[in-house]
Amino acid sequence: MTDAGPSTSRDNWPLWEVFVRAKRGLSHVHSGSLHAPDATLALRNARDLYTRRQEGVSIWVIRSEDITASSPDERDSFFDPAGDKVYRHASFYEVPEDVEYL
Amino acid sequence: MYGNDFGEPLNAAETADYADAVQEYFDGLIDADKRIEPRDAMPEGYRKTLIRQIAQHAHSEIIGMQPEGNWITRAPSLRRKAILMAKVQDEAGHGLYLYSAAETLGVDREELLDKLHNGQQKYSSIFNYPTLTWADAGAIGWLVDGAAIMNQVPLCRCSYGPYARAMIRVCKEESFHQRQGFEILWTLSQGTPEQQAMAQDAANRWWWPSLMMFGPPDTGEAAQGGHTAQNMAWGIKRFSNDDLRQKFVDMTVPQAQKLGLTLPDPDLRWNEERGHWDFGEIDWDEFWRVLKGDGPCNEQRITHRRRAHEEGAWVREAANAYAAKHAPHNNTVQEVA
Repeated sequence: MTDAGPSTSRDNWPLWEVFVRAKRGLSHVHSGSLHAPDATLALRNARDLYTRRQEGVSIWVIRSEDITASSPDERDSFFDPAGDKVYRHASFYEVPEDVEYL
Repeated sequence: MYGNDFGEPLNAAETADYADAVQEYFDGLIDADKRIEPRDAMPEGYRKTLIRQIAQHAHSEIIGMQPEGNWITRAPSLRRKAILMAKVQDEAGHGLYLYSAAETLGVDREELLDKLHNGQQKYSSIFNYPTLTWADAGAIGWLVDGAAIMNQVPLCRCSYGPYARAMIRVCKEESFHQRQGFEILWTLSQGTPEQQAMAQDAANRWWWPSLMMFGPPDTGEAAQGGHTAQNMAWGIKRFSNDDLRQKFVDMTVPQAQKLGLTLPDPDLRWNEERGHWDFGEIDWDEFWRVLKGDGPCNEQRITHRRRAHEEGAWVREAANAYAAKHAPHNNTVQEVA
């Protein structure tokens, strides 16, 4: 339910990705996808499909084909540069035990 | 929600010449019990198996709307009617979650619906049995959804990410289905002798088909045609058919006792040594007969499904025409507050 499927053929309704904000203070999170002919109906379908039990207070929908995703084939070269930079984490640093608030 | 795991045998040769690197990467993820995601390379056999299983599961959800939908207009109270409508609507939702999951594997929902309509893909045989009385709405929730939950909870840990995520949503919603079914039968069992008899009759008719929902046994002649070993290696399946069936029997017998219902199996008895309930032989001839199309309602279910699809065509066309007329152009993100 995450990635865009193949672009649809025939007269099929396009695929949309649905993001739901569960409650105020939280980000919108990907819930799944659905088919709809336009944005208005995509929102209504998303409400019926993903918030039947009050799972959300706000919904985003976006055409799946408009999402650009990183490629799993390039995952090493794409994400590796962060791999050897452990000094970006607070736990990397050694400090005396008796120093407070650090 | 109903997932089966049987059908055409796999062609082992399909995966044999698949690129070694892909296989190695895939095996590494599976061995580490990591999830496979849609854009990962995966063996063709894994992809095909998942498409077949998720599609069959999705088809089962939407065909499963029919036997219960049959009682919406005749539900005995407004409360029961509202509940039943919510349940049938859930089944539609479950079908849509699952079609979405299948589409991440590179198939089109329309293509899957075509295959359902022309008989190339199956749905769970349990829906080829009729709902003759109101008590059947209870028995479906209690037994059929109970068996489905037993099958589906392990699928929440399935190796394919989108399928597992769909199943988590489904399982959350399914527990309401089972409880409302039990409540229907509980109410009938407290009622008049006629109502009690109605509940007993429904239990009699749904018990054996529910046990068949777990698929053929793991061993013996009837095991032919199952995919258990390969699917367990792939992390699609976590427990064997017989293990899940036993768990279901062990869970359900005390519930039947509470309802004051007899389960229609003279061989059903507690086995102290095994710590499980023993139960009688399942009629696998009936299972295969219904699976192959010769059940009480096969023709009716698929005819109704085709007609609903065809009669809805004008709605889809009208929505398309409206969308085309009003399209500012793609790239639209819309928000509701």
